[in-house]
Amino acid sequence: MKSEIKLFENGKRLDGRAPDELRKITIKAGVLHRAEGSCYLEWGGNKVMVAVYGPREAIPRHTQNPLRAIVTARYNMAAFSVDDRKRPGPDRRSREISKVISEALENVILVEKFPRATIDVNIEVLDAEAGTRCAGLTAAAVALVDAGIPMKDIPVACAAGKIDNQIVLDLGKDEDNYGSADLPIAISPRTGEILLLQMDGHLTQEEFDKAFDLVLKGCNAISEIQKKAILEKYQSEQGGN
Amino acid sequence: MTIVPSIKRDYLTKLAKNGKRADGRAFDAFRNIEIETGIVSKAEGSARVKIGNTQVLTGIKMDIGEPYPDTPETGVMTTAAELIPLASPDFEAGPPREDAIELARVVDRGIRESELIEVDKLCIEPEEKVWMVFIDIHILDYDGNLFDAASLASLAALMTTKVPAKRHDLGEDYPLPIKEPPISCTSVKFDDVVVMDPSLDEEEIAEVRLTVATDKNEDIRAMQKGLNGSFTRDEIKKVIKASIDNGKKIREQLYKSIGK
Repeated sequence: MKSEIKLFENGKRLDGRAPDELRKITIKAGVLHRAEGSCYLEWGGNKVMVAVYGPREAIPRHTQNPLRAIVTARYNMAAFSVDDRKRPGPDRRSREISKVISEALENVILVEKFPRATIDVNIEVLDAEAGTRCAGLTAAAVALVDAGIPMKDIPVACAAGKIDNQIVLDLGKDEDNYGSADLPIAISPRTGEILLLQMDGHLTQEEFDKAFDLVLKGCNAISEIQKKAILEKYQSEQGGN
Repeated sequence: MTIVPSIKRDYLTKLAKNGKRADGRAFDAFRNIEIETGIVSKAEGSARVKIGNTQVLTGIKMDIGEPYPDTPETGVMTTAAELIPLASPDFEAGPPREDAIELARVVDRGIRESELIEVDKLCIEPEEKVWMVFIDIHILDYDGNLFDAASLASLAALMTTKVPAKRHDLGEDYPLPIKEPPISCTSVKFDDVVVMDPSLDEEEIAEVRLTVATDKNEDIRAMQKGLNGSFTRDEIKKVIKASIDNGKKIREQLYKSIGK
């Protein structure tokens, strides 16, 4: 997969971004009618829609936990979201991503309040361009707030990586394909706790530190966009009434 | 949480407060590791790894197949893990569930992203024929830390794999072309204590898990956080350090066990 493509020129990346610059992110809360909470997010070329249902009774019953709610995130890529049509339905990759996102969200949701219930978080990737798991988790957090699910914090995710031996924030498509490391991280911005962390590629310990700093910076910026999206929805609702 | 794990949790956290673990290990120490290769004669390579009571068997099969259209000159590798009912009363037969999928994918990433197998040397005819490497992981006995046992067994199996060229009239068999292996080390946290190589009891009460694969230059090659707890940045730094230290020892043992 590695190639000789030049990913860096005159201190700028292929898409003209600086090393520590995020792609453009827009978030809109409450976009769906049926869902308890929802969110639409665009992050560079990624387009992600999230719907939250619940808390509702977990079915089948053996999945229930008598002491707390379970959080079931389902990350799904639309067949048309990638260059070569993706076969519909869960594959191994999407099931793994669903699992790590569920675990990250479960950490901040006050699950003890809803014994035997499930909180379903459906993440649909409509258009994919690198970094969909971070986009999905970030959107899911907003949808959960929109659904009125009590949470300790609004989690946020973002990735850093290595291209042409430089550590950069928020890998784009070619950077993801031809770069040499990818480090997606989700944090709880209030406490700095790490909720999701994966890495593949090759990083020295110093590079890891640098990437981590960039991710924190990115997460804090995205966190502001999340809050703004939530405020916007509820302020406009107030005005409308 | 059912009654037995809560009693266990009390016991283990009390021990931990006094700096101890149930089996007497230091917080950053692995259990005893045994590596045995050449277990299965029908397989092109195989290895059984024991970490304490945990036992994992990996078998490698190779076949000739078509390359993916976007990489016409590279071999193909796939990894699958089965949590067979043999290994634990909690494992059920049937298609792999998310635990098995995560396990297989973490092992797969460790091998694929580190470019351990030199897949570009596995081409027979571009666009037509390449070698396919099938890594199948069987869990035999489950006493915690499947990630490290599965990845170590897969490394040992791959490093002793012979490409079955003769069977396909392609000349003599030869060793699978392989580079330096990254070693994966897993830690878990409970009650603000972080321990390396968790036993099953420790895993059952764990709030969060982190697997770190490091290479011989002490660089990081793969990471995976699991479970719904969280780590602080400081804890992650410590886990990386402990993973590098343990990885060094395990790498030596791995080379010794395959006679290199």
